[in-house]
Amino acid sequence: MAVIEVKNFAKSFDKKVVHRNVNFQVKKGECMGLIGGSGSGKSVILRSLIGLEKPNSGMVNVLGDDITQFTEKELVPVRKRVAYVFQGGALFDSMSVADNLSYPLIEHTTLSPSEIKSIVEETLQSFGLSGSEKIMPANLSGGMQKRVGLARAIILEPEVILYDEPTAGLDPFNTKKIQEKILELKEKGVTSILVTHDMPSAFAVCDKMALLLNGVIAAEGTRSELEFKKGSVMEKFINGDEF
Amino acid sequence: MIANLTNTAGNLALQLLRFVGGMTMLAREMWYSIWLRPFYPFLIIEQMYQIGVRSLSLVAATALSTGMVMALQFGYGLQKFGGKLYVPKVVALSLIRELGPVFTSLMLAGRVGAGITAEIGSMNVTQQIDAIRALGTSPIKKIVIPRVLACLIVLPLLTVLANFIGVLGGMFIGMSELGIDAQFFYQKAAYTVTLTDFSVGIAKTFFFAGFISIVGCYFGMNTTGGTQGVGIATTKSVVTASILIVISDFFLTKFFWILERWL
Repeated sequence: MAVIEVKNFAKSFDKKVVHRNVNFQVKKGECMGLIGGSGSGKSVILRSLIGLEKPNSGMVNVLGDDITQFTEKELVPVRKRVAYVFQGGALFDSMSVADNLSYPLIEHTTLSPSEIKSIVEETLQSFGLSGSEKIMPANLSGGMQKRVGLARAIILEPEVILYDEPTAGLDPFNTKKIQEKILELKEKGVTSILVTHDMPSAFAVCDKMALLLNGVIAAEGTRSELEFKKGSVMEKFINGDEF
Repeated sequence: MIANLTNTAGNLALQLLRFVGGMTMLAREMWYSIWLRPFYPFLIIEQMYQIGVRSLSLVAATALSTGMVMALQFGYGLQKFGGKLYVPKVVALSLIRELGPVFTSLMLAGRVGAGITAEIGSMNVTQQIDAIRALGTSPIKKIVIPRVLACLIVLPLLTVLANFIGVLGGMFIGMSELGIDAQFFYQKAAYTVTLTDFSVGIAKTFFFAGFISIVGCYFGMNTTGGTQGVGIATTKSVVTASILIVISDFFLTKFFWILERWL
């Protein structure tokens, strides 16, 4: 059963048409890589899956609900179940690492401060970030910021995770750490979409890939399916050839 | 040329409409959200500290200087006509009815309005506002409402303080430069200023606080274009809030005069 279904998705900004007719499905526990050139609108699709953007037309079905007409209030239950990992981490810079992680727990659970503290410590430990509780985001490296961003996103144990370029600009060590975490979450049955330009990471973690080109999904399939299609747009995109 | 002028006028009208519409929408959204749970009293208290306590020195210095300058100017001016004894009345009345509220608000528009826009604008361009929404919370409740409420609470209080300090400044100059006895200054000032004068001055500050905070939040929430965009939004916010304070002051003064006559 599809956990995420996007149908006839169209979106324009002023007069610029970004998406003409985007269609795809992601099944439960599946990880789909959404790739495409810069400015092709990958992040816009991702943002639409959590209601941060509204399509001009089409349907965005997430966990059984068409969220396109949802109000901010109606989106709250969806946002508790769907996590978004921002490209730059989007950590609240007026809060420490621990406060950033506590934020969703304070807002959406009735846990006591001591329980929240212990969950935060556990989560940080699992990300190799023990001891960074009191550090402010501005004093973290880019890799650490992304890991904290990911930790904050998954702390409510979401069913779906949307990753917006989680490994962009990271060194191999941090890239590997993030990849491992995505795989770990996938093994737990979390459904995910990974927007990325980092092809090795995409191949390492994704079950299938979709190429966004000229406002439509130009190619879609599993890794093995795509590897057989020599000379296809997907192969050209991956190899950096003109198409 | 006429086409260009029409074009420019059309663009300006469009910008103005967009601004008025955006502000109205924000105020409307705020009004609906303010009554809904969850409430964040600690965020309001924190903003009261940021907006109120941290503006104390600026407001005090402005009020003191205004009171002293007014006493000096009126003192030397009225001395020529033998009207030096009217200095306490003129200084107290103009400070409490007009200059205290307006100068305090203008100072806050500069310090607080700029701060609100820069902070929210930076949060916007670094996707922190999106993160608040993505985490199932409302930026209106977490960001806008605490700042607007804090401003509505602290600006009138700061104005009361500014009025007091301004009159004290005038009294000091009256004593040291004009030879007016402090007791006489106090008596004349207290006799002249009525509760209505004081209330009218304070009532204006609620409108000014609304302009400063809502304009600041509006420009912050609509910041685009990275750090340069934050700078542009901050400038726009301070200029817009200051213009709104100055223009609305005229209409509010007129309105309160009519109201006073009516009552």
